[in-house]
Amino acid sequence: MVTLLLPRLAARADARVRRAAAVTGRNVAAARHFGYWWALVSGFFEPVLYLLSIGLGVGALIKTFTLPDGRTISYAAFVAPAMLAASAMNGALTEAMNMVGKMRYMRLYDAVLATPVQPFEVALGELMWGLVRGSSYSLAFLVMMVGMQLTTVGWALVAFPATVIVGFAFGGLGMAVATYVRSWQDFDYVMVVQFALFLFSGTFAPADSYPWGVQVLVQVTPLYHGVELLRGLTTGTLNWGLLGHTAYLVALASVGLTIAGRRMGRLLCR
Amino acid sequence: MSVAEPLIAAHGLVKRFGDFTAVAGIDLEVRAGEAFGFLGPNGAGKSSTMRMIGCVSPPTGGTLRVLGMDPVRAGSAIRARLGVCPQQDSLDPELTVRENLIVYARYFGIPRKVARQRADELIEFVQLTERADDTVEPLSGGMKRRLTIARALVNEPAIVLLDEPTTGLDPQARHLVWERLFQLKQRGVTLVLTTHYMDEAEQLCDRLVVMDGGKIVAEGSPRQLIERYSTREVVELRFAEAALDTYVGKLEGIGERLELLPDRILLYAADGDLAVAAVADRALRPSSVLVRRSGLEDVFLHLTGRTLVD
Ligand SMILES: Nc1ncnc2c1ncn2[C@@H]1O[C@H](COP(=O)(O)OP(=O)(O)O)[C@@H](O)[C@H]1O
Ligand SMILES: [Mg+2]
Repeated sequence: MVTLLLPRLAARADARVRRAAAVTGRNVAAARHFGYWWALVSGFFEPVLYLLSIGLGVGALIKTFTLPDGRTISYAAFVAPAMLAASAMNGALTEAMNMVGKMRYMRLYDAVLATPVQPFEVALGELMWGLVRGSSYSLAFLVMMVGMQLTTVGWALVAFPATVIVGFAFGGLGMAVATYVRSWQDFDYVMVVQFALFLFSGTFAPADSYPWGVQVLVQVTPLYHGVELLRGLTTGTLNWGLLGHTAYLVALASVGLTIAGRRMGRLLCR
Repeated sequence: MSVAEPLIAAHGLVKRFGDFTAVAGIDLEVRAGEAFGFLGPNGAGKSSTMRMIGCVSPPTGGTLRVLGMDPVRAGSAIRARLGVCPQQDSLDPELTVRENLIVYARYFGIPRKVARQRADELIEFVQLTERADDTVEPLSGGMKRRLTIARALVNEPAIVLLDEPTTGLDPQARHLVWERLFQLKQRGVTLVLTTHYMDEAEQLCDRLVVMDGGKIVAEGSPRQLIERYSTREVVELRFAEAALDTYVGKLEGIGERLELLPDRILLYAADGDLAVAAVADRALRPSSVLVRRSGLEDVFLHLTGRTLVD
């Protein structure tokens, strides 16, 4: 029974991934055209500027920071992984919000859904493209961190796949949100929330320095988990909590993708 | 699927949007190699039906089988063997003509190399070779339509669905599209198309259904429909002297039937010249007289009391 079922399930999953990859392929083809590169490059600069201005500027005032395990690190080394997480978030969310334009204005998916590709596969394919984009930011950022001695090569290599998980989570969440966006005003709300997450996710000060109520609130929001995961890795402070953060992010990604797929199906196949 | 089984079979097919009924229970069968048409005015429910057949819109009621499968449960497998040219072009504006075809082929799991080769063939087939590497946006309406048709053929489909393939095109562009569709028909591809153009239906369709208000009001080959619902010839009369409706009584008894339109009166008769002579005998002086053969427009007028294109 199992021996009969498994290959069939595997074949079906394989077909799904291949169709999702075709959706990613569409974006690769589009990215070869000129205009796209600007959008790609600009998304990288924001966290870099924050790192330079706050990490180094405020770092000149605070100098060192004591980790839970007693080691001290520079303030820039404390802030950098948070910027890394924010950069992964920005990359994933930007690409997810692009989906609104593709879905509602360019009506790209109307054509895609007339082929064997299914709504969930469109969402997955777009997510994979968002990951390609987000990961290129993360990679560049990690190289910069190593260059500035804010982490080591070894920990940077461990942190890289974790940035992909952060991107995966925000991509899934962003895509679910994208299916609810109807107007420019909705985009503004998304930006406000995104900025609030950026400020209050243990980014510039450890979350346990916030008042108790705020702490609880922060701990349910996603960027906090991304920041904690990456900070644990780039500073080399391993603990079981990192698994918890990872589990949170993976769960968010799956829930987001599932919702996005369902809602796209309902919006486009009426 | 046996040979005799129709490629598309619908029974009591219904589509509702909220409490509005767009398709109100239709029955139809399309067989392999046939060119099948939906003829009807705007809002008749043609596109809604096409989208259900194309497995992008779940039926609200009735049964539908496409290629022997259920669109709700096997949508993906059915769509793999359909080619769709939707009413609104849905080309990818960020890609070139060639990329549009290659990227689309990849959605069907066609290997990249085959996709490239097929894209080249299809670009040639729809005469876009010179524009192959241009983006889609600056193309004319006719070119975009041809590209959409090429895209619908990229997976070598068993059925091609064409929703108003030539609406909005100028006559020259339209003839080019017709010619390509006719070639497909010659190759034995099953075509299902919607139109509100009589000449399109007459030229391309082996068999068609006339749709109005979500229902099928007649079914047959263009010739059968004309024989059944109209006379062989029609006389179109215009009068300049008095209001048109004052002539209705005076013309009574000439031909088999009379239709009063806002700008003219139609007399349906087996022999148009005889009818014209009868009009002259009654000393009525039309400002213009035209005798022509009956067409699908007349069928539609008879069935619904309305003209098709306003
Ligand atoms: N998604 C939709 N939501 C609500 N009403 C719709 C929708 N699609 C079509 N309709 C309505 O259904 C009717 C039939 O439309 P359609 O199938 O597009 O007709 P046709 O293609 O023959 O012009 C129209 O009155 C149209 O307004
Ligand atoms: Mg229509």
